[in-house]
Amino acid sequence: MNIVSIRGLWVCYRTHPVLEDINLDLEEGDFLGLIGPNGGGKSTLIKVMLGLIKPDRGTVLIFGRSPKDARGQIGYMPQKTLFDQSFPVKALEVVLMGRYSRVGLLRRYGREDRDAAMRALEAVGMGGHAEREIGSLSGGEQQRVFVARSLVSDPRLLLLDEPTSGVDSAQQTEFYDLLSHLNRDMGIAIVLVSHDITAVSTHVKKIACLNQRLYYHGSGELAREDIEKAYGCPVEMIAHGTPHRVLRRHD
Amino acid sequence: MIELQIDFLQYDFMRSALAAGLVASVLCSIIGIYVILNKIVFISDGIAHAAFGGIGFGYLLGMDPLGFGIASAVLTALGIGTVSSRSRVSEDTAIGVFLATGMALGIIFMSLSKGYAKDLYGYLFGNILAVTWNDVSLILALTLSVLILVFLLYKEFLILSFDPAYAEAIGLPVQRLRLLLLCMVAFSVVVLIKIVGIIMVIALLTIPGAISRQHMKSITGIMAGSALLGAVFVTAGLMVSYLLNVPSGATIILTAAVVFFLSIALTR
Repeated sequence: MNIVSIRGLWVCYRTHPVLEDINLDLEEGDFLGLIGPNGGGKSTLIKVMLGLIKPDRGTVLIFGRSPKDARGQIGYMPQKTLFDQSFPVKALEVVLMGRYSRVGLLRRYGREDRDAAMRALEAVGMGGHAEREIGSLSGGEQQRVFVARSLVSDPRLLLLDEPTSGVDSAQQTEFYDLLSHLNRDMGIAIVLVSHDITAVSTHVKKIACLNQRLYYHGSGELAREDIEKAYGCPVEMIAHGTPHRVLRRHD
Repeated sequence: MIELQIDFLQYDFMRSALAAGLVASVLCSIIGIYVILNKIVFISDGIAHAAFGGIGFGYLLGMDPLGFGIASAVLTALGIGTVSSRSRVSEDTAIGVFLATGMALGIIFMSLSKGYAKDLYGYLFGNILAVTWNDVSLILALTLSVLILVFLLYKEFLILSFDPAYAEAIGLPVQRLRLLLLCMVAFSVVVLIKIVGIIMVIALLTIPGAISRQHMKSITGIMAGSALLGAVFVTAGLMVSYLLNVPSGATIILTAAVVFFLSIALTR
């Protein structure tokens, strides 16, 4: 069974289509990079997969169920969380927020939830910072805490929406290494939204380009024409031979 | 000092005023921190002013103004949320409209009944000395209800306050929680009008929490700290107003404001 199965998906804003006839399948263990220009519908597609936006046409199944029913098995990390840097909350409490889908309304977090939160912090290398206030951590450390928050419900699918914005390049590299570890060693499927083609291409297994339409061949390669069609203009591409290439070899 | 205390508490109206003030401090500390963290200070102020429409209407009918005040405050809380989410009116514009409309209605209603000037003054600037033991038990009941709600929904309100976008994504009933929070604000604000009046209600909700936040690192710590500060402000304000024979509501707020500015100056 596919973990994500999207068929003929259309989403319109008033009369203007934002997503046009999207088809996408993801299997267990996939690591998909989703690139595309701003306003191309990347965040909209993520929100559809979370059940926050209803499709105008088409079907979306996550783990064979409606996105809303599958929410407990999805970990989500939004675009750079804009929170009050002096908000009185500890790293551990932020991670616990991710247990909400399991604990439910009105119930309190139990020992099991706290243990899971500690494990999630340790998994992202932040175990020693559990009691620190979130605002006292560096940008990269905060980002790790938010990854822990998306991991704490033991999801089988992670949706990351531009997770590296506002983080310096050294921390970005560490961050991508962390994602590779989660994908390879913990078997979590990941959809990573980004506009940084170069960074994404060196880490993901499959890549898709979205600008209203989805350009995707179920592989780690995209044709130059696809990317140019998606971006609507010629794109200066730097194709890396290693560890693998986004662009097919061409003359 | 001891003599002053005895002197000060020999009147029953002073004892009920102090009791009302102390219970209100607890109420303000719980609601206030959420008002601050959710940045809904202006909404809360709008609700307080709009409550005046209902108060005036109740006054005109010769019925309990507080009940009508609560009704119009809750309607305003729901109205601001609905208008700003459904039309091209931004939230702060909607607040401005509701605030002024409520005040205007209140003034018209009150002016239609005779001899309103004294009572009008009381609603605008508060009169804690006119608080009855009945009022005290009403404030106590409301404080207990708010305590229970916040105890039950602590984790939900924390997620909502910290990161509403994420809250929505993980299936938290964000809109309903926000309306519940606004309704709690509406109830609290109307009850507080008795003590410091419509104009100054927002200060009692925000100042103790704002000071406490500079020194405490957890939400429960901030709540406890601001309840304590509120109690000190109310007691000191009442004593000073008694000694100098100046309005109690304004004295309480000024006491709080002085400590607020001192706290900022000292933590720099």
